[in-house]
Amino acid sequence: MSILVDRNTRVLVQGLTGKEATFHAQKMLEYGTRLVAGVTPGKGGQVHLGLPVFNTVEEAVRAEEPEVSIIFVPPLAGAEAIMEAAAAGIKLIICITEGIPVLDMLRAKNWLKRYGASLIGPNTPGLISPGQSKVGIMPGHIHRPGSVGIISRSGTLTYEAVHQLTAAGLGQSTAVGIGGDPVVGLKFFELLEMFRVDEQTRAVVLIGEIGGKAEEEAAAYLKASSYPKPVLAYVAGLTAPPGKRLGHAGAIIEGGQGSAREKIDRLQEAGVKIVDNPARIGQMTAELLSGR
Amino acid sequence: MLIHEFQAKNFLQRLGWKIPPAALAESAEEARRLALELGCPVMLKAQVLAGGRGKAGGILKATTPEEAERLASRLLGHRLVTAQTASQGLPVARLLVERAINLKKEYYCGLAVDRKNEALVAIVSRQGGLNIEELSASRPELIKKIFFNPDEGLKQFQARQLGYFLELPEDLIKEFVVRLKQLAGFFIEKDLKLLEINPLVWSEDDRLLAVDARMEFDDCSLARQPELTALRDESQENELEKEARKFGLNYIKMDGNIGCLVNGAGLAMATMDIIKHFGGQPANFLDIGGGVTEQAVSKAFELLLADSQVVTALINIFGGIVRCDLVARGVVATAGRLSLDRPVVVRLEGTNVTEGRKILEESGLPFTFARDFEQAARLAVELSRQPR
Repeated sequence: MSILVDRNTRVLVQGLTGKEATFHAQKMLEYGTRLVAGVTPGKGGQVHLGLPVFNTVEEAVRAEEPEVSIIFVPPLAGAEAIMEAAAAGIKLIICITEGIPVLDMLRAKNWLKRYGASLIGPNTPGLISPGQSKVGIMPGHIHRPGSVGIISRSGTLTYEAVHQLTAAGLGQSTAVGIGGDPVVGLKFFELLEMFRVDEQTRAVVLIGEIGGKAEEEAAAYLKASSYPKPVLAYVAGLTAPPGKRLGHAGAIIEGGQGSAREKIDRLQEAGVKIVDNPARIGQMTAELLSGR
Repeated sequence: MLIHEFQAKNFLQRLGWKIPPAALAESAEEARRLALELGCPVMLKAQVLAGGRGKAGGILKATTPEEAERLASRLLGHRLVTAQTASQGLPVARLLVERAINLKKEYYCGLAVDRKNEALVAIVSRQGGLNIEELSASRPELIKKIFFNPDEGLKQFQARQLGYFLELPEDLIKEFVVRLKQLAGFFIEKDLKLLEINPLVWSEDDRLLAVDARMEFDDCSLARQPELTALRDESQENELEKEARKFGLNYIKMDGNIGCLVNGAGLAMATMDIIKHFGGQPANFLDIGGGVTEQAVSKAFELLLADSQVVTALINIFGGIVRCDLVARGVVATAGRLSLDRPVVVRLEGTNVTEGRKILEESGLPFTFARDFEQAARLAVELSRQPR
């Protein structure tokens, strides 16, 4: 097992005919992801990368029954694309797009509640269940199937962590990028709950960063649920200056809120093993698992 | 994008808010003349894009036009360092000269995006002029928050709840409710992230006045709010940071001596952290991003080296979309042109790592290669300690 996607998951690509989407859809196909259709308004009826293209998500859903959609559209069209997918009955939406206005995301999240759909991202590399399905833009070859779940707010730092785990002989059940924006879909605690009930997952690595309260929420959840699996966390940004946005729209210490220290303390209180050297994520996970 | 107090007040005035009589001065002479025209006492308020101006001496009171001139000359043309600026502070090119207000009470009124609740929030406080976060922690009973969403906006009854909480006189509550509701509409229409009126003043002559204001717009929305870009004051930005932005690079100057060049924001933060972990000091945050070109990498390396505090550079690349060979070519272009005079530690991993390494090796330039993330950090810290 894995969480969210597996080898059978049928995937739609919104914005398929664009340059970036084309590149990454090709890579996903090579990885073995079951892409079934694409959507680009005005290009319905075409075939792109061997996939049928539709004008609307509704048409694509009717014809090809995708369960998951991955979105590659320009930032100002991002929220609409999320809403369109939800309205068409897609239950899991992965939005890669970076730079969606925050008010648009508030609107999109309200919309999702109405349709009971889940969102990953935006501003995420996506997710991957190694050896089964890659619904994202991460380099597939660094992953191995295995028993460590990963949840991260970052892109390349996740690749770094995956690389370390793989080098330490540890594969991954599913690696999920939840996105670097201030308002995102599924958060740490919701994914921790999915990993809790996933049989394949034996440990979870959480990669947080400055800004917001997602790590604190995760800590509260872990405490309340007496989480049965070991959790490790690295929180980036101990050296971050306050009031500065560090690359990700959501990575900012504002009004004294959202510092790495605060997050680390809360996670530690909740029994999470804190990694203070980001080059030792793989090694410490291996030690933790072998010690059990 | 933050805008200045005077710009924020222009918006407020257009929305019907009353503000104290004021005008901008760019010279001490002008400040004196405005003090005379407005009538003393006046407040001289440094227009810089950072909070904490009052405590830092950026807001001064003058009781005569002569004093206004003298005080203005102490602010204008200098740099103001506040708790929220970098150590070098921000340049003061303009003062807002404002008639001092006699007040009965002061309050706080703010609108913001609440990340945790994923909603917009309107916040008022019975005490103003203070830091709202500190006040929330120490005196939560003085604060009232109401959440609303951008589709529905702030409702009249919600604005009324906040107005009555402030215990203003009845006619000022009526005025506040109308203004706040409009303000929430403006917040949504213009894609703001934060709007504060602090203090909001009940004056001795029973008027409601916005005495200080702060507005931050969402950078992601500027493409659909083109009229806002004219409000950007580039003189308030660090030169290197400004230059970096033009090339789509995320660069933030820090106070250390190890320059970092990394792909990805998370890895860039982690690179600063690991340098600190091994006892070094990062000189900057620099994320070259995912869609970077060779020219932008070249520029990034140039910016990094342009910081004279940098004694060692650390290049940490985990190639995914970004290819190691592209980064290597960009780095070599700059290093060759500038006759590299400082040690550079390189750690490459991922897409096209072999090609990248080959380009660096064949350049004949003195790069130090690290086999992994940890070794790279250790080497950089070690080199940063050696006398030059």
